[in-house]
Parts: sequence; structure tokens; C-alpha cells
Amino acid sequence: MSDFNLSVDADGVGIITWDTIGKSMNVMSEQAFSDLNDIVDKVLADDAIKGAIVTSGKAGSFAGGMDLNVIAKMRDGAGDNPAKGLFDGVMNMHGILRKIERAGMDPKTNKGGKPIACVLPGTALGIGLELPLSCHRIFAADNPKAKIGLPEIMVGIFPGAGGTTRLTRKMGAMAASPFLLQGKMVDPKKAKAAGIIDEVCEDPMADAKAWVLSEPNIVKPWDAKGYKMPGGEPYHPAGFMTFVGASAMVNGNTWGVYPAAKALLSAVYEGAMVPFDTAIKIEARWFTNVLMNPSSSAMIRSLFINKEALEKGANRPDVPDQRVKKVGVLGAGMMGAGIALVSAKAGMDVVLIDQNQEAADRGKAYSETFMDKGIKRRKATAEQKDALLAKINATTDLAALSDVDLIIEAVFEDPGVKAEMTKKVEAIIPEDAIFASNTSTLPITGLAEASVRKDQFIGIHFFSPVEKMALVEIIKGKETGPRAVAKALDYVRQIKKTPIVVNDERFFYANRCIIPYINEGVKMAGEGVAPQLLDHAAQLLGFPVGPIQLVDETSLDLGAKIAKATMAAMGNAYPKSVADDVTFWMVEEGRFGRKANAGFFDYDENGKRLGYWKGFADKFPQLDEQPDVTEVQHRLIFAQVLEAVRALEADVLEDIREGDVGAILGWGFMPWSGGPFSWLDIVGAPWAAEKCDELQAKFGDHFACPPLLREMAEKNQTFYGRFDKSAKAA
Amino acid sequence: MTEAYIYDAVRTPRGKGRKDGALHEVTSVRLSANVLDALKDRNGLDGHAVEDVIWGNVTQVKEQGGCLARTAVLASDLDESIPGLAINRFCASGMEAVNLAANQVKGGAGDAYIAGGVEMMGRVAMGSDGAAIAVDPSVAMSTYFVPQGISADIIATEYGFSREQADALAVESQRRAKAAWDDNRFAKSVISVTDQNGLTILDNDEYMRPQTNMQSLGGLKASFAEMGQVMPGFDKIALMKYPHLEGINHIHHAGNSSGIVDGSAGVLIGNKEFGIKYGLKPRARIRQTCKIGTDPTIMLTGPVPATQKILADSGMSISDIDLFEVNEAFASVVLRFQQAFDVDPALVNVNGGSIAMGHPLGATGAIIIGTLLDELERSDKEVGLATLCIASGMGAATIIERV
Repeated sequence: MSDFNLSVDADGVGIITWDTIGKSMNVMSEQAFSDLNDIVDKVLADDAIKGAIVTSGKAGSFAGGMDLNVIAKMRDGAGDNPAKGLFDGVMNMHGILRKIERAGMDPKTNKGGKPIACVLPGTALGIGLELPLSCHRIFAADNPKAKIGLPEIMVGIFPGAGGTTRLTRKMGAMAASPFLLQGKMVDPKKAKAAGIIDEVCEDPMADAKAWVLSEPNIVKPWDAKGYKMPGGEPYHPAGFMTFVGASAMVNGNTWGVYPAAKALLSAVYEGAMVPFDTAIKIEARWFTNVLMNPSSSAMIRSLFINKEALEKGANRPDVPDQRVKKVGVLGAGMMGAGIALVSAKAGMDVVLIDQNQEAADRGKAYSETFMDKGIKRRKATAEQKDALLAKINATTDLAALSDVDLIIEAVFEDPGVKAEMTKKVEAIIPEDAIFASNTSTLPITGLAEASVRKDQFIGIHFFSPVEKMALVEIIKGKETGPRAVAKALDYVRQIKKTPIVVNDERFFYANRCIIPYINEGVKMAGEGVAPQLLDHAAQLLGFPVGPIQLVDETSLDLGAKIAKATMAAMGNAYPKSVADDVTFWMVEEGRFGRKANAGFFDYDENGKRLGYWKGFADKFPQLDEQPDVTEVQHRLIFAQVLEAVRALEADVLEDIREGDVGAILGWGFMPWSGGPFSWLDIVGAPWAAEKCDELQAKFGDHFACPPLLREMAEKNQTFYGRFDKSAKAA
Repeated sequence: MTEAYIYDAVRTPRGKGRKDGALHEVTSVRLSANVLDALKDRNGLDGHAVEDVIWGNVTQVKEQGGCLARTAVLASDLDESIPGLAINRFCASGMEAVNLAANQVKGGAGDAYIAGGVEMMGRVAMGSDGAAIAVDPSVAMSTYFVPQGISADIIATEYGFSREQADALAVESQRRAKAAWDDNRFAKSVISVTDQNGLTILDNDEYMRPQTNMQSLGGLKASFAEMGQVMPGFDKIALMKYPHLEGINHIHHAGNSSGIVDGSAGVLIGNKEFGIKYGLKPRARIRQTCKIGTDPTIMLTGPVPATQKILADSGMSISDIDLFEVNEAFASVVLRFQQAFDVDPALVNVNGGSIAMGHPLGATGAIIIGTLLDELERSDKEVGLATLCIASGMGAATIIERV
């Protein structure tokens, strides 16, 4: 049994069928590559075979790419000298693809050889396109749902099986850049228009066969004499501008934090000035360099493998299917309206409740506006809009909740109001319905006090805006039962978001980490660090927004409210901070943030940021000598990662995978690092503990090294070595 | 130690570096040979009179390639026993030629040198020789490469120079250059460029716009705002390197940046014995030379550390310097120099600079040394310092002292 099989038809055309055993879509493995190699050898050696067609045994798709689990573990499995092991492995792969491309031609005269076509029934991604690119002609079925592209860059690597070199040589650096640098995927027609594939046909197998038998010219342009790269090589005047601009754009757009984009660009540049066989060697060296970078495996692990595992219910209790049919959303404000929208979009019936009909209707109108935008962008149809709106019953009548199986409460953040709603609603909903609160700040165990069915009470914390943010934080109160957890997880899966399940403690997980991040930034602003340095320092780490811009978005009055509530709850234990002085003063000045068109930034009347508010420095003068950006960055990172470690210590987090995935999706924590725990593993616990001591001495006890981290530093342990649940399960 | 003296300094007038520029018809080799011949004729050089011709030139491709220095010697009336060395330190190439020559003389490697340079910017386009620092992604990204205009604007932002200050400096450069020409102050060094029949092609700096004023400059659009803010967005790269800045203030334009021109210059440098042999009177000694590397992103701040170093190396202080030539690559470069040393602007670029007359890259370093010497003599001052900012983050300086 093999993933690749060869049959020869009556006309002497070899049909190489890729059919990965046990998968619905083909994925490449080392073994499959080796099998392909044997088949290619057979095709080239057998005089009875005139040519070949590589195709897929799966209906509607060619291949989804490389098995990411394989890539993530490539470095560890590459032997004592992993760089050499990886490089040799990649070169071996190149050798097989190059064998297909050269197909037995004479190296000097380009004479001879056998035509090898590739037929794509549908989707062809990653190595699933790199293999076709090494064939002599690509025929795709006219399948508008098929996606064709090289999305490797999105997982923190780049096309390293010749895709980078071949696409650049085929299209030119400029034209190839959206496909290589942004991982753009297109349907077959667009792929043909772009020049990635050659034919889109009704019956690609028949056309491919006719082509193979037509004694076609199979010499690739780059193997023919006089080849010139489209758009010009780097030192051609046109190419010059492309490359100068590309470096600036890639570096600028990514704030320089993604090694794969940089390596890709270097592979393209260096490869463009040498013959093809040298170029793929260069590509392999850069690809090895990326695979050796711990960022790549951390990104793949968190953003794909673990994210998918969590979505598929890695931490779901073993209880029967809890999928939601009808959900009641209490409160039609911004959060409630968003929750109604995503629930209806997932096909659930929604009862959207508010105190008066007007407010309820306004909540529903949010979905209407959303769908209208979709129609404008041709992402949705009028029928879809009608169907979606028909699913949402906006009403003031609690009796409409009598047959829901899940309640998501999103009313005002006041324990009294919430308690009252809980009691009222529980009296109406079925006894087995689960009651969830979308609170962001109030402990679930406390809110559950109002419930008569505490084991059916849970927190489902959405991030704003609901329809955009991928993360949902599920919070277990002290008495929350497994069925409630399963219900919440099944619901999150229905709305196609990523869940993390955490235990109940103040601010749960995400906000617990975000608040210190903001506070550290605000504190530094109060100490006289230039606000632009604070935001840039964060962006240079890969955060989507810096702490100052973030606090303007989340609003300073919310910050003040949280600070005051925390103060009240903690009493004397509450640490005094310049951050509070700044926040309270800003609120006094009416500078609440974006919503007030005045915060750390000035805004125009349309809410567009104009620049940092100069008045801030009158109250909190800027230091003449600004700190080094690295020091600012360490304060911003450690404020968050130490909180993540403390959340793990406190058992708020039960699974570091959730800590990592949640941080990236919840607040954009340095995606290149794989999350706070992955980052600590990259820098190493000993270094991190030492840095804590330094920061603590200089900036206060909130940087004190958590005992767990100290212990791990002493034992030189890694988080994934000690806590990885997927590793234990395996 | 042996002293290195300047015996003569000549330059061609600067022609507009465009297709309709007066020198556009002249080859780089011929213009260079013009300068070499002038030095030979004016000083009665014969046979193996100088040890070498060190010739600065930035864009060493096409007619400026193939060791232009040697070709220029062979195309001139100099003896073929004199070799030629083409060098490139970007905008300070002409100065580096002089400094190298001076230090060779000081070190005893020959009695005399001709040092200078040429750049025919209208014939061989700037940048047409390629540059890995700009094009090679791994280098461009790790050095935070931005084009020079962006760097000049970073200087303006970092050190707080306004568009008005830059424009005022440009207007003053034009005013001083006009006054200098009107007063015949360049007569000692400017030679006419002539054709093979002895006919004059150009005898004045044709790039100058003496009518320039604040109003006329005020109407010009900032040249680097688009590439900074939109495509490809170099400002972001600048902010990555200078994260304490909020944004880049784009103040430079064609009117307050150096002009693209064609031109050449040469300096005759020798020891005492050389002067005695040819009956020449030394005009100045080259007291100290210096070069230094700086941050490549802001790139053009080199004159400040170069001056600090040359002063320290020579045991001098800024107040020991009577006159300054600071190449006007961009207005902010000169503004930064004046700010850093708190020198009287009246002592800097007394007869105008590259903003008014143009900046033939490979030649300018030699030009401003000659201009400085002429002015020291005219105003009867003793010590002068010339300095230039240099691409990729470098600086160079020379201190000369009349004898």
C-alpha cells in the first residue's frame, strides 16, 4: 500500500495517482515522497511508457500540502546535526522534483525526456502545488471552489520544495509576491490568468493525455537558453526597484518579526542571479534556516496544530453531543448583538432579548448591517441575509426563551442586574438548559450564586467585536459541571471559533494578562517614556497595537473602573501604581479614549487618529533621556508572560496550549513566538528568571519571578517539556 | 614626519547633470583628462612627476568603469609611467583620494600625487552600478536601509529642523554662490572645459538659481514623502530603527538638496622636496585626515563624529578652526553640523555649496578642499576643516592649514 500508485493505460501513458491512505485530502509525507520517487524512476526507465500524468485519487482536490505535524517535528527528527539533516532532506526532495522536471532530458542539449503533466481535480496547496509546478504542464478542472496557492508563509515557513524558485522564475518576483509573501490563494481560472497553471478544462484528464501524446516541448523556460526572468533580475533597472521596495515592504509590514518572510525574499533575490540548480540549493539553505528558527515550529505548533486540537475538543469532557439548536441572548447591546449574529450565522435560532423593543431591534439591526456589507462585497446574497434575519427573534418577551437550550447573558456588568436576570430567566427556560454569562470581569462562581442550577452555569467570554475575534474564553465556576463545559465547547465549535477553557479567578486568563500589559505601558507613559516609543516597542515585538493605542481603544474610564474595583476587592494588598495616577487623571480630563474622540491620541471628528496628544507631557513630562527600546520591550513582555505563568500556577490555566493559543488569538500576543509559554521556552527559563530579578530590582515587585518559573529555571526545564498535554496523550 | 602640502587645486565648472546640461557631451574620461592636463600645465609637471593619480568616482560602470583613473591618465598629457587608482567612498571619494595621497606622502611612499575625482551624473546615472545594501534583502533588512532622502528627513525629525530652516539655508547657499561668482572668488581654481579644438564648452557653474527665495522654495513638494509614507513605506523602516520618533517629517525637496551635476576636480599634493624640484610654493599642509562609520539608516550624520574624531586626533578644538566646508548634500546635514558644534553659520560654506552649485559625487570632496583653501587665502585665515556625509553611514574630514 502506498500513497502514490502507477498504472499504465493502453496508449502508454502512465497515470500516477496520489491517494493518501486514511485521509480525505492528500497530504505529503516523507514516505510518500520516496514512493513517488520510485514511480518516477519506473516511468522514466520503462520504454513502453511515453509520458505520465500525476493526479489525485481524491474527488475534488489534488492535495492540501505537507503534513504540518511532520514539519513541526522535522528539526527534532533531523539527527545530531539538525541543520545538515534538514538541508539534506530538503535537497533530496528537490532532487525528486527536479527529476520530474528534467524527465530524462539530456542536460546539455535538452533533447529527449518524457512529458509529465499534472491534473488538478481541485484544491492544490503548498507541496500540493509545488509538485505540479515541477511537472511540464498543469491542467485543472473547472472547479470554482478549488483553492490554488502556496500558503506556507501563513504558518511561519515559506514554499521550500522549489515553489519559491519556480513561481518566481515563471511569473517574476513582483507578480509572484502576493502568492509567496501573502499566501494568496485563487480559483483555477484566476490561477491560469496569473500564469500559475496552464489550462482549465472540462475534462482535464483527457486534455492532459492528449497533450502527453502530442510530443510536446517540455523544456522549462529557465532551462532553455537565453532565459530572462520576467520583470527583470535584481540588478536590471526594473528588478532593482522591485527588490528595494520589497525589502522595505516586507520588513515594514511585519515590523521585522517574521523570519520566514525575510528568508523567502533572500531566497528569491539570491536565486534570481544564478542558474536553476544553484537557485534551489539557495532556496534549501534559507528553508533550512527557517526550519531551524524556533519561531517556525512554535508558530506551527500553536497556530495550527494546537489551535485545531482545541477546536476539535481536546479538552472537552466526555459527554454526549451538546450542539445548540436555539440560543437565548440576554441584552442586545454591542456584545449581545454580535453574539446573536454569529449564532444565527451558524444556523441556530436566536432569541435576542432586551428591556424595550427598540433596543432589541437595534441589536438585530446589527446583523442586518453586517449582511448588507457582505452583500456589497459580494460575500453574501440577499437570500442569505433574509434567512439569517429570520433566525433572530428580537423581543422583550422572556417567555420566548421557554424552549432554548443555551442562554448567553450579556447584560450590564453589574452583579445585581445579572443576578436578577438569572433568576427570572431560569424560571422560564427548560430545566436542562445551560446558562452562560458573557462577563469579562465578574467571577463566575459569584454570579452562579443566583442560579438554582449551579452545575449548569458557566462563563462564555467573547472578545469584541464578536464577529471578528476568533477566541472565546470558557470559564468554569467552582460548581460548573462537565455538561455545561461540553455545551459551551460545542457551541463555540458551531460558531467556528477557537475555545479555551479556564478556571474562575479574577479576570480569567486573557484580561488577566492584557490588563498588566496596558498598565505597564500607561505606567511608563506616566514615568515620562514617549508614548510613540511605547507603541513602537510593542509593534516591534509583533503586537498588533501598542499599549497606548490599545488603552485608547478599550477606554480609560473602563481602566479606571477596573482599577477601582480591584482596589476595593484587594484592599491594602493593592499595589500603588503610577498607572492609576495617569488613568484617573486622564478620566478627570475627559480623555476617555477613542470613544470620546480624546485620549492619549487626538482624533478628528470622524474618529481618525491624528497623533499623540501633546497635553499629556504637560502633566507627565517626558524624560530627556528616553530608555532603550529593549528595556521597554522587556517590561511589556514580562508584564504579560509572568501573568500567564501565574495563571498556570493558580490553575486558572489547565493546559499551556490554551495559554499560548488564547494569547495569540485573544490579544495578538507576538504570534511569531507561538505564545507566552512558547516564548519562555525559546528564551529559556534561566534567562527569563534572571531577567525577572533585574526588572524587579529596577521596576518593582510585579516583576518578581513566579516560583514555578524559578523552579523551572533551576531545573532548566521547558514548559512544553513539562506541561504539554498533547505530548502526554501521545 | 614628512608633511604633505597642497600645491594646487583645480576644478571644472559644474554642468547640469541632464541631457541638456552643458557638459553632457563630454565623456568622463575627457573631463578627467582636462583636470589632469590643467594640473600638469599650471605646475610644469613632466615625466614621472607624481607617484599616482588617485581618482574618486562613485558610479564605476560603463565609461566610468574599468579603472577610470588609469584611462584618464592615458587620455591626458601625463606620462604613461604614472599609474592610476580608482576609488569609491561614495560622496567623499574625492576627499578620500586627497586624504590617501596626503597620507602616502606623509608615510614616504612617493613625493607627490594627484588626487581628485569625477562624476558625470547626467551620463552615468547614480545607482546604475547597483548596491547590495539597497537590493539584497538580507542586508537591506538587517541594516534598515532607506534611501538618502529619507535619511536626511530622519535627521530633520530627530534633531528638530523645520522646512523653513532648511529652505533658508538653501536660499543662503544660492545667495553666497552668486556673490562668490560675482566677486570672482573661484577664479583661482575653476578651469574652463574646452573641446579638442580649444573651444570653450563651459566656464561657469550653470546649475545655480540665484533668484531662489523662500516663496519659490515654499511651493516645492517634499520629495521623499511619497516613498516614505505610501510606496514602499520607508518611514516605517525609519521608525523601526528610531522608535522614539512619532513619524518622519519630510522637509527636503529639489531646492534644499544638492544638485545633480557633472564635474571634476583635482588636487596636487606633495612633500617639500617636490615643491623645491618644481619651484612650487606650498599653499597649505594637510594637517589631519579622518573617516568613520555611523548608523546606516540615518546615514548622513557622519560629519559630526568625523569632526569629533579629527579634532581629537589632531589635538584641536572646534574653536581652532577658522572656516568650515560641510557638504550640502541635504540642508539638514549642514544644520545638524552647525547645531552639534554651535558654530557660526557665517563660517560654514562661505561661498555657497552643493545646494546651489551641485554635487558631482566623486569630485565634490576634492572640490570643497580647493574651495576651502581659496577662501582661507582670500580671507587670510589659517585653518580650515572640510567634511562630508557619506552613503551607507560614513563620514570623512580633512583639516588643512596654510603655510
